Amino acid sequence: MGTVGTHPHTKLVCVIDYGMGNLNSVAKAAQTVAPAHTHVEITHNPDRIEAADAIIFPGQGAARACMQALTDAGLHQPILKASHEKPFLGICMGLQVLMGHSEENQGVDCLNRLPGQTHRFNLTPYPELKLPHMGWNRIHQTLDHPIWQGIEQDAWFYFVHSYYVQPDAAETIAGQTSHGETFCSAIAQDNIFAIQAHPEKSADSGLRLLKNFMHWPGK
Amino acid sequence: MTLAKRIIPCLDVDNGRVVKGVQFVDIRDAGDPVEVAKKYDQQGADELTFLDITATAHDRDTIVHVVEQVASQVFIPLTVGGGIRTVENVRTMLNAGADKVAINSAAIFNPGFVQEASEKFGAQCIVVAIDAKKVSAPGDPDKWEIFTHGGRKPTGIDALEWAQKMTDLGAGELLVTSMDKDGTKSGFDLSLTRAIADAVPIPVIASGGVGNLDHLCDGVTEGHAEAVLAASIFHFGEYSIKEAKTRMQEQGIEVRL
Repeated sequence: MGTVGTHPHTKLVCVIDYGMGNLNSVAKAAQTVAPAHTHVEITHNPDRIEAADAIIFPGQGAARACMQALTDAGLHQPILKASHEKPFLGICMGLQVLMGHSEENQGVDCLNRLPGQTHRFNLTPYPELKLPHMGWNRIHQTLDHPIWQGIEQDAWFYFVHSYYVQPDAAETIAGQTSHGETFCSAIAQDNIFAIQAHPEKSADSGLRLLKNFMHWPGK
Repeated sequence: MTLAKRIIPCLDVDNGRVVKGVQFVDIRDAGDPVEVAKKYDQQGADELTFLDITATAHDRDTIVHVVEQVASQVFIPLTVGGGIRTVENVRTMLNAGADKVAINSAAIFNPGFVQEASEKFGAQCIVVAIDAKKVSAPGDPDKWEIFTHGGRKPTGIDALEWAQKMTDLGAGELLVTSMDKDGTKSGFDLSLTRAIADAVPIPVIASGGVGNLDHLCDGVTEGHAEAVLAASIFHFGEYSIKEAKTRMQEQGIEVRL
C-alpha cells in the first residue's frame, strides 16, 4: 500500500468516522479487496471527504445518536455533497440515516438523501421470530447492478438491526430480504449503493460486494 | 427466505494461543488463532467465539492482539468472552475488532454492568453467558440454577428468572451452557435450552454437551436455539462445519451453505 500522493494514480477511499462504532473491520475488509494503489482511510475530516474518490459510510447505534454525531462533526453537507459526486456505499445505519425519517427514538429526521422511512420490525404476527434481526439471511437481488456482479442470487449476508428502510421510490430497491415481512435490504440510486447487511462481516459474498464497490466508477 | 441457524465454533485462548488441541490436518500450527479462525471461516462457520482463559491479568492484553489479528483477516462476526468486567474492557475488545463480547460472572456480581454496556454500545454486541445446572429433584418440575466458577459455586439464582432479567437489562443474546452436560458429549440439555429460548424474545445460543451432529440439530429443533456452539467435535476433526450444516439441512433446518 503506497502513501497517498506517492503514486500518480493513487485512489483515495474514505471510511467516514463519526464516532458511531469501530470502523477498522470495514476499512480492513475494503483494503483487502482494493485494487492496487488504493488507499483506504478512516476519517471525519471534510477536506479528506472532499478529496476522496469514493466514500464508505458505515454506522451503528441508534438513529438519533447517529444524526447528532453527524451534526457535531459538521458532516451533513460534506456527506450529501459526496453522495452526489462520487461512488458512495452506505452500510447498515449508513443506509438508514440516508432516508428521510426514522421511527427510532420517537422519530428522528434524517439526511433525506433517499426519500422514505425507516420502520421498526413488527413481529407481532411472527412470535417465533427474534429481534434484533441478527445473523445470516439472504438478499434477493431485484436490480441488475455492478455491485451485485459475481454474487449469486439470494446470497447470504450478515445482518444486525431492528429497523428497516422503505424508500418512496420502489424502483431504487436493489435487494430484498425476509424477516416475517419482506423488507428492502439494499438501495441503488445514481452514485449511491446502500445495504442493510454488513459486507465486512459477510465472508465471501461481502468481500465480493466491497471489491465490486472498490472498482465501481459510479454513475 | 429466513434467517439461518448459526454454527459457532468456540476456541479457548490461553496467553494468545488456541488451546485444547485444535487439530486440522492441513495447517501447520493449530495453536495460532488466526490460522484456526481462517480454517473455520473456510469451512463455513457463521461466527467465531474466543474464550480467553488466561489466568493472569497481566497476560490478558494478549487477547486484544489476537482479536486485532483475527479481525483484520477473517471477515465473519467475532465474539470474545472471558474477563469482560468493565465498560472499558468492552470498549477495548470492540475497538480491537470484536463484534460482540460475552459477559459471564461480571453480570452476576454487578447486573447493572450489562445495562451500562448495552446502553453504551448497543444490545447487539452484548452476549450474556448463563452457566446453569439442574437443581430440581427427579420427578419435580424442572428448575435450573446459575453456577459460577466452572459450575462449582451455586448462586441461588433461578436460571429462567435470570435469563429474563438479563434480557430486560439489555442483553442482545444469551449463551446458555448446561454445566451438567458440558464435556459429556451426550447432547445439550434441551429442556433448559428450550425453557429459556421460549421465555425470552432475544436469540439463544445452545452450548455444552455436543458429541455428534444430531445433537446440533436437536439444539435447534427441540431446544429452539437460534445458534449452536461447539468446541471439541470440530477441534479434533471429527466433523467439519460443512458436514454439520449438511446434516442440519437434511433435517429441514435453514443453514448458510
